[in-house]
Amino acid sequence: MSLLLLGLYVLAAGGLLALVTARSPRLCTALGVAGAVAGSLCGLVAAGVALLSYRTETLSWTWDVPYGSLTLELDPLSAFFAIPICFLCALAAIYGGPYLLAHRQHKLLGIPWFFYNLLTASMILVVVARNGLLFLMAWESMALASYFLVVFNDEREEARAAGKTYLIASHLGTAFLLVFFLILGHEFGSLDFARFDRPLPSATANLLFVLALIGFGTKAGFMPFHVWLPEAHPAAPSHVSAVMSGVMVKTGIYGLVRTFAFLPPPDAWWGETLIGMGIVSGVWGILFALAQHDLKRLLAYSTVENIGIIGLGLGVGLLGRSSGNNLLLILGFSGALLHVFNHSLFKGLLFLGAGVVVHSTGTRRLDELGGLSKRMPWVALLGTMSITGLPPFNGFAGEFLIFLGGFEGILGYGSVVALLGVIAALALIGGLAVIGLTKAFAITFLGQPRSEKAAEVEAPNGLMTGPLLVLATCCLLLGVLAPLIVAVILPLIAELFHLYLPIATERKVLDPLVGIVVAAMALFALAGLLTGLRSALLAKKEVGQSATWGCGYALPTSRMQYTASSYVGPVVNFFLPFLRTKREIVPPTGLFPSPGTITTETQDLPKEYFYRPIFGSVGWLLSKVRWLQHGYIHLYILYVGLTLVALLVWYASRM
Amino acid sequence: MSSINDLILVIFVLTNFSLLGASQMGACVRLSAAQGMLLCPLPLLLPQDGFSLRSLLFAVGLFAVKGIVFPRLLFRTLRTVNIRHEVEPFVGYTASLLAGIGILALSLWVAGGLQLPTSQQLSPLVLPIALSTILTGLFLIVGRRKALMQVVGYLVMENGIYIFGIAVAQEVPFLVETGILLDVFVAVFLMGIAIFHINRQFDHIDVEKLTSLKD
Amino acid sequence: MNVGLIIPPILALVLAPLLLGIINRTKAVFAGRVGSPLLQPYYDLRKLLGKGAVYSKTTTWVFRAGPIVSLAALVVATLIVPFGGCAAVLSFPGDLILFAYLLGLARLFTVLAALDTGSSFEDMGASREVLFSALAEPVLFLGIAALAREAGQVSLTHIPLADPRPFLSLTQVLVAVALLVVLLCENCRIPIDDPNTHLELTMIHEVMVLDHGGPDLAFILYGAALKLWLFGAVILSLLLPAMNLILGILLALAGMLVLAVLVGVIESTMARLRLLRVPQLLIGAATFSALALVLELGRNSP
Repeated sequence: MSLLLLGLYVLAAGGLLALVTARSPRLCTALGVAGAVAGSLCGLVAAGVALLSYRTETLSWTWDVPYGSLTLELDPLSAFFAIPICFLCALAAIYGGPYLLAHRQHKLLGIPWFFYNLLTASMILVVVARNGLLFLMAWESMALASYFLVVFNDEREEARAAGKTYLIASHLGTAFLLVFFLILGHEFGSLDFARFDRPLPSATANLLFVLALIGFGTKAGFMPFHVWLPEAHPAAPSHVSAVMSGVMVKTGIYGLVRTFAFLPPPDAWWGETLIGMGIVSGVWGILFALAQHDLKRLLAYSTVENIGIIGLGLGVGLLGRSSGNNLLLILGFSGALLHVFNHSLFKGLLFLGAGVVVHSTGTRRLDELGGLSKRMPWVALLGTMSITGLPPFNGFAGEFLIFLGGFEGILGYGSVVALLGVIAALALIGGLAVIGLTKAFAITFLGQPRSEKAAEVEAPNGLMTGPLLVLATCCLLLGVLAPLIVAVILPLIAELFHLYLPIATERKVLDPLVGIVVAAMALFALAGLLTGLRSALLAKKEVGQSATWGCGYALPTSRMQYTASSYVGPVVNFFLPFLRTKREIVPPTGLFPSPGTITTETQDLPKEYFYRPIFGSVGWLLSKVRWLQHGYIHLYILYVGLTLVALLVWYASRM
Repeated sequence: MSSINDLILVIFVLTNFSLLGASQMGACVRLSAAQGMLLCPLPLLLPQDGFSLRSLLFAVGLFAVKGIVFPRLLFRTLRTVNIRHEVEPFVGYTASLLAGIGILALSLWVAGGLQLPTSQQLSPLVLPIALSTILTGLFLIVGRRKALMQVVGYLVMENGIYIFGIAVAQEVPFLVETGILLDVFVAVFLMGIAIFHINRQFDHIDVEKLTSLKD
Repeated sequence: MNVGLIIPPILALVLAPLLLGIINRTKAVFAGRVGSPLLQPYYDLRKLLGKGAVYSKTTTWVFRAGPIVSLAALVVATLIVPFGGCAAVLSFPGDLILFAYLLGLARLFTVLAALDTGSSFEDMGASREVLFSALAEPVLFLGIAALAREAGQVSLTHIPLADPRPFLSLTQVLVAVALLVVLLCENCRIPIDDPNTHLELTMIHEVMVLDHGGPDLAFILYGAALKLWLFGAVILSLLLPAMNLILGILLALAGMLVLAVLVGVIESTMARLRLLRVPQLLIGAATFSALALVLELGRNSP
């Protein structure tokens, strides 16, 4: 615990020093990165020790704020969430160093490093805070720090608008959290988590569930509260996007899990609601993802999809809790938690990889990229394989557990329709994710360059490729080590929900995972064998090189390849009612045809059809009272004076 | 004792009316300073503490700050800001005076209705005059065009609050009083700086013209 | 360790290309031709393995890894699928999920290798392939979910061995039809795709492997045969009753023969569907799966 505190201090110090030395770009970058990495490593070690040794340490100071107390506690759940936070923040900081240095001519670099360190420290504080007021303060500072990082490129209109959307959405969600904590404080008389120990009446619990779902769900990015994600994540610098997508949205999930721990066993509709939200977020999220033209926006929607998958896991776990089916509970929650961990790794890898692409080519448009693997680290492809949930990479294990929960659940009687929805949705999401992510990275890295921007790129800085390699290795390794990680998660869940977990139930979860690892080993062995076989076969034969077969066409160009948009053409056409993609075609005209264009655009439908009308009508209503805002200071003070007099008169007349 | 109190309070009301009717800013500043100086003996006249060393020191401090420091700050601001020294009110002088009478009547009625526990040794006039001073200060802020007049109005309000405090408090909480005094000091200082900068930016301290900032 | 465990993989690895031969023979009979020998696929494999290779300059390691990973994934999948009453080598609760995802891994690498060539033909095939398989996966999962619920088990090996198990219940028939459609889709058979031509109209699977040659093509061909065998084995094990070892295997082999002939018949008597209709076909298969599920849910006893 003291190591964690040391980490927090180092982060703060790093940030402040970076701010102070803002004039000198290299110095403040070095200080900022060093602070971030050192602080994160301290936090990582502290969390790792706490998780593996199952110790819970508490630190508490009194605080003069009423209802507040500076109570920090590192229990296994907090440690489990803190590990990916620290790990990804450290790697992203190393990556961010050269990334931001490219901007040093026209920006003060001390500011983003200050806010980056503040963001990391706030996220760690969010998962270890044990008092409602402290939690909300850390939550708010997390939102503000990330806002300032999102608007780093504030000369661009897109970044400013994205920051505004993000700030509004974040505060709307926090408003729900405020009410949430108010009710909790009212029920228990205190805002300390340790005092939330009595079971609550079911009406209060239901209200708290809904409030937590909206409040934490906004940060996590469930649909329809996700509208800030596709704006903010692309606009931010890539290392910040990686951190935001990889770990910041997970603090929302942490909040939800913590809430479930101190609410009583729920009714079935909680799990079903969460499954419903998971299905919508997962399927619609990946559909929107594959309709995007912008690489980072695609990845942002993919985060929504993965949060949907995590939501499915949480829902399955809640169904298990409500029906008393412990196997279902641990399958669902362990799947969700494992996916939280894995997603932070491969989403971090994907965003950092995307950042390398954007940094080198200067464009985010997928239709202009291609053939980059010859010049740039292609390790982001490994992230693609992870995110599509294929064995033997790490993305598979989490989805597998949730699937298994669905299958085990349908053997029984409760909420079978919801669990079938889980199975169908996961199956569909898996297939669509292949499309979306091959569009993102396979089209980008493979084939031939589709424009000059992609053709002339230079290899990126070693400091930028290093973190990519580390993350890719983790993706591969953790796929194989999944049983070990789940073995650590299971007691965590049991303790969180006060269950007794017999060895037989644990085996039911771990044996399949071991089977998967065996299959993975067989896969590697066979792949090696076949490679050897092929080399042996070709050893004495002629192996030539030539151009790709072009059907005898005389002048093939790279523009003849499928672009990213044409690749997803069939899918988008099939799902058109859900995507409402607008097409604009300018056909070639004339005898010697002029160039034609075809433009497609897919807008975020919840934003267009839900939020825009609501905000529009609120704006219209408020414009009616605009006349109050005339700008005369005297009249404002007169309002104050009149109110005072009125109060005095009213009070006096009552006597 | 109460007769001295009554005398002081009546002179206080007269200064309020003079402020409402004054047309030169220098006069307003001097009047508010005079009000401050008038307030100094009041803690000494309080029956609880009487003539103790603490209340004597406090009275001297009050005299220094309200009687000397504030007027100097305000006069310095007046000098550096190159403006005409008329008050330029929104509400005309006659109307202001009539309003002042209305304020006094209102305060008397409200104070009667409020039934606050005041010390018996103090004059029963204290509470209504405190209220009327506060409301006069508010009126000055609202009804005068120049930013400096708003500072004066603020000082008048603070005087009124002080009297209110004396009337209602069992014992003058010195820490609170000195705290309030410090706040006012800082506020006046900052307002002086702000007025200087407003003038430099806009070449005037006409608050009404600042409404163009609202868009 | 039961020696019967290694029978399913060995049978699969040895006999899979024979299925292709049977299908081709059936089509030839319908067309009034003599057709190629039954063992032709084996001869083709031997020929290809003996050839050299030409690689495109546009391609990278992905292209060279594609056939290998695909085949490796399919071979590992043979370890999971039971055959004729013999349990699979690797069986655990949820292995059906691993099966589907191993097929997905094979498919992904084929798609990646296709995208790597930078040719519009392969891209076309990849783009269509990913859509159809995305739609086919839910059909597969829902169908197996219905069977799992009927049997009360979640492992491919244990579903056929569940006791008591009705024979040819309506659920099973419905799911079998749905899975047959998935088989046709995943193995590029008419009415989804024509394995014989390379015309643009029919380009899905065949075109994705256009630039491969030599041993790579041999791996791909063999992998395609394995995939057909695996799907057939899954369908059969879900339909056939459990019997003792020899009888079970013989019955299963007979079933595979019937299945191959059936596929040949379908290919000969139907024309290829327009590409727009293929998703509709898959949705139709999905309704079969869904119907099976509704039947299962309606029943109160597992």
